[in-house]
Amino acid sequence: MLGDGIIKGLAETARNFFGSYVDKERLTTVQYPEERLPQIEGTRDFPFLVYDGDDWEKGLRCVSCHICEKECPPKCIFIEKSKDKKPDAVGKLQFYPVRFDIDVSVCMSCQICVEVCPFDAIKMDVEFELSSDDRFGGLLHHKDKLAKSNEYYHKIHPTEAAAVDAALAEEREKEKEKQKQAALAAAAAAAAKAAAAPASAPAAHVPVPAPGTNTDTSAKEETK
Amino acid sequence: MSVLTEVSIDTISQPANDHLHGDLLEISMGPHHPSTHGVFRMNIVLDGERVVKLKPVFGYLHRNHEKIAEHETYLGSMPYTDRLDYICSITNNWAYALAVEKLAGIPVPERAEYLRVITGELTRLQNHAGLIGFLLQDMGASGTPLMYAFREREKILDLFEALTGSRMMCNYMRFGGCRRDLPSGWMEHAQKVVDGFPRFLDEFERLLRTNEILMARTQGIGIVTREQAINAGISGPMARASGVNYDLRKVDKYGIYDRFSFRVPLGEHGDVYDRYMMRLLEMRESIEILKQAMRDLPSGPIMDPNTKIRNFRPKAGEAYGRIEAPKGELGFYLISDGGPNPYRYRVRPPSLINLTLLEQMCLGHNVSDVVIILGSVDIVLGEVDR
Repeated sequence: MLGDGIIKGLAETARNFFGSYVDKERLTTVQYPEERLPQIEGTRDFPFLVYDGDDWEKGLRCVSCHICEKECPPKCIFIEKSKDKKPDAVGKLQFYPVRFDIDVSVCMSCQICVEVCPFDAIKMDVEFELSSDDRFGGLLHHKDKLAKSNEYYHKIHPTEAAAVDAALAEEREKEKEKQKQAALAAAAAAAAKAAAAPASAPAAHVPVPAPGTNTDTSAKEETK
Repeated sequence: MSVLTEVSIDTISQPANDHLHGDLLEISMGPHHPSTHGVFRMNIVLDGERVVKLKPVFGYLHRNHEKIAEHETYLGSMPYTDRLDYICSITNNWAYALAVEKLAGIPVPERAEYLRVITGELTRLQNHAGLIGFLLQDMGASGTPLMYAFREREKILDLFEALTGSRMMCNYMRFGGCRRDLPSGWMEHAQKVVDGFPRFLDEFERLLRTNEILMARTQGIGIVTREQAINAGISGPMARASGVNYDLRKVDKYGIYDRFSFRVPLGEHGDVYDRYMMRLLEMRESIEILKQAMRDLPSGPIMDPNTKIRNFRPKAGEAYGRIEAPKGELGFYLISDGGPNPYRYRVRPPSLINLTLLEQMCLGHNVSDVVIILGSVDIVLGEVDR
């Protein structure tokens, strides 16, 4: 019969309409600003800089190596490297970014900066309500706005952050072990020297630093 | 109608300007007409409501993709491929990754191949669901079918977001594997979505398949014959709707597609209705592939361990990687001179090549048919203009 198909189709829309009162599956709209969907854990949008500890200026993991700046496809990252070195969160002397800007209006959220970063210093945020009424500087994020704590990172990406922390802890353990070995080697060398010429060089007696606490050793290693 | 289809350019330039026929009218449809799915323009010459000449105008969304890619590193182009056909970014990633893997001779681990098939077929599902929604919207079925289709598409986009971090700009493939392994709970969620999908297809078929208005609007409209389709190099669902048995998943067997059993639906008439039905049938086959792939998914690494992310320099040479994207054959042709970026980078976009027959399809039909013929081709302007 002509019109059969139309009636069948209308029955389907009627089923959906009345179904939306009983079946939650059929009622999918979310009234956005008031209602929000739960955050999906893997979500990414724009990068931020992770810092350890309480002070963001001291704790930034970024050592300003420029890798992300070079690899960024749309070139939205600008970094200015420091002339001096500052101790980082574990007390090791490192360069730090004097300036670290990300132009969010250029960034395309591809996550390549995160993948190439050897220091786990840059990660993807989930903050998406970034609109601004400032046309020129509003979307150019500086270091102070980009720096976010490791706790925040744990909050938005718990699984990923736990894996990163475990990897970092392992690396730091290795680093400590290396420092210990270096200190022992230095002490052995000094002892040998002292044994060879005990009278001529009393000033060459090098005090052995406790591993991990003194930053002098690592600084020496850096210059080697 | 048969007389009008044979109107040549010469007769158009000298219209029958008597009292019965009147003047020909030239209209410019687009570039921001809602039915053109982007910024696409058609210069149409009309005799009354009949199309006597149609000239597509491309390039409004040209973003210099190929030249940008020649100045980027190989990895740096990967997120740009997302923006070609922005509806199905994962298949774009896949075609590009395949080309680079051929160029550099990178093996892909088993699990990564399966993940590629799973995400690729999910992409096909959501592309076709979106397309049939838009096609019916173009036909005047305002809102309802589109919203039903988008309700389903959204579930798949949620899966993509949980896996890749982004709903549409997935940037998921890497040379020699995939970027991220499945998060916990993803497989169960995906299983639920895939199992629920046939219900949506049944609903959609009940909704409109036998609808008399739909049939009157689409049957016999915009016919592409088998010969025309082959001569114009048309691929994908559009070629199969014309009866050309050409599916790269069967012909080329890239990746691991030889392990799955699925059928290739073929059309008979090559009209808009066949193209519409082709999408519905293809979704059912995609679900079959998905079920098999999810059942057989092995454990193991997802990245080839010897492939570097940074300082990636394939040896000099050339390669062409192609896959069956939801819209047709998507190919990437790369020439390497051994440097960190490709010497030449060329995309073979299915949307553009499927559009080449637009004039032949539209001649003799009404203006309102132009809209649905264009809709049934399934174009994305990001890919047409690049």
